[in-house]
Amino acid sequence: MSRSITLRAAVVSVALLALFLLAWQLATLGGTAATDMDPEYAALMGATATQGKSAMPGPVEVLGTFWNHITNPFYDNGPNDKGVGIQLAFSLARVLTGFFLAVAVAVPLGFLIGMSPLMHKALDPFFQLLKPISPLAWMPLALYTIKDSSASAIFVIFICSLWPMLMNTAFGVAAVRKEWMNVARTLEVGPFRKAFQVILPAAAPTIVTGMRISIGIAWLVIVAAEMLVGGTGIGYFVWNEWNNLSITNVINAILFIGLVGLVLDQALAKLVKVVTYPE
Amino acid sequence: MTGNPFIRVEGLAKAYGPTTVFRDLWMSIDKGEFICLIGHSGCGKTTILNALAGLEEVSDGAILMDGREIDGPSLDRAVIFQSHALMPWMSVLENVDFAVRSRWPGWNKAKRHQHALKFIELVGLAGAANKKPAELSGGMKQRVGIARALSIEPKMLLMDEPFSALDALTRGTLQDEVLRICHETQQTVFMITHDVDEAILLADKIVLMTNGPQAVIAEIVENTLPRDRSRHDLHRHPHYYRIRNHLIEFLVDRSKQFDRAAMDTRHPQITKPGLGGPTALDQSA
Repeated sequence: MSRSITLRAAVVSVALLALFLLAWQLATLGGTAATDMDPEYAALMGATATQGKSAMPGPVEVLGTFWNHITNPFYDNGPNDKGVGIQLAFSLARVLTGFFLAVAVAVPLGFLIGMSPLMHKALDPFFQLLKPISPLAWMPLALYTIKDSSASAIFVIFICSLWPMLMNTAFGVAAVRKEWMNVARTLEVGPFRKAFQVILPAAAPTIVTGMRISIGIAWLVIVAAEMLVGGTGIGYFVWNEWNNLSITNVINAILFIGLVGLVLDQALAKLVKVVTYPE
Repeated sequence: MTGNPFIRVEGLAKAYGPTTVFRDLWMSIDKGEFICLIGHSGCGKTTILNALAGLEEVSDGAILMDGREIDGPSLDRAVIFQSHALMPWMSVLENVDFAVRSRWPGWNKAKRHQHALKFIELVGLAGAANKKPAELSGGMKQRVGIARALSIEPKMLLMDEPFSALDALTRGTLQDEVLRICHETQQTVFMITHDVDEAILLADKIVLMTNGPQAVIAEIVENTLPRDRSRHDLHRHPHYYRIRNHLIEFLVDRSKQFDRAAMDTRHPQITKPGLGGPTALDQSA
């Protein structure tokens, strides 16, 4: 039954995709070419006006470019023309750096907050105030203090990855079952063994779920951050192609952003599965 | 009572705010004795056990073990929790090894595992050492809990309704095993139970508590059945129903109508149902 539903869902997915591509293709076929246009005026106008070409690229055109991108992802023709692979690598490097910096801060701090009701109460107002701030609002301050655009982007990723992990770690640690803690207490287990052999594995599913939320947000934010700081990265690529009026490349970039985000999310989902224990 | 008991509970009391759960508890436990505590919900049974374990602080009084005051958890006293409290991310062997490593931090892995396996075999789980708790039945999980508690070779075993979550058949088998193991190892045991038959089967002495709040020890019933009793022929012994009726009658009626002011809480009455002396059954008959 479950296998057949998977199969049927796959068929529906493919059918919907085909339908969408077909509609896209039909919508971008364009009209008829202008016949009575003044040649001088026609020379000034693009193909949209003279040949009735659609302003939007069709799926064939986009997939053709997509194929070019994945067959030659790492070319480098100067600052304004780098392969999409290079741009994605820049973005990923920033996201992962910011993310792991956030892990290094959020997990120990979350542990402390989860263990100590006092610290939880004392720090909570700060978190409640800082949490709703759009990470991009930190950008000017980061640029002013760090004085490096690439590091500022990393800082923005750091700050947006921090909160979900911090909150989840604190919650997971505070919610470790009292009976497990009592077992550790009656066995006179030292603080290090208690932290690494009881609390960490017990809270791991919650902590890693926080990481999954964080990496999702980080990947959303990096595009906007790179549009602001410029230079490199997939966000910069999108903005650059917009300035080039290459809608084909913009659509391609959207596709790549989605694909990388999917891979990141699935990787963390796998990790959640690994650390989850059945009861 | 002997001159120098292993455990002495002296004037123990616990209050949550204005509510006194129990007060002025006095009792002693000798080495190798099996004590069952029976009382209705709310008389603070689990609090007493937690105080013995060192997990919970009391409001007044003290508990002495070997003449020293209990002021925190110790490897000398192992607890078997009602809900087995196994770590679900560890296998059976790892769960027991976790305890063994706490007791003997200097031992290498091979020695620890050998020791842990000995106790896993003792509770009849030799084939399941590498299984996770989720793959075990409720009874098997509780066996692991017992193996973990015994593996640290404690001076005393504390059990908080260890079989209450199990079905009747599993409970019976586990009771037999606990009886066998405790007799073999001369273990001192303090156990909380709701089950009168369980208490008669396992305990040397049954401590009865009045209803809370302001609960006190009403009396201590000495089990007059022979020590080599078993679950199968228990009910054939002439004393069995006398003890049972005495306990039931206490739980149903007398636990709520005690004249606390007239009681000598420091020396609770000791009764031996079946061996003459005053028992409720004899009085009413």
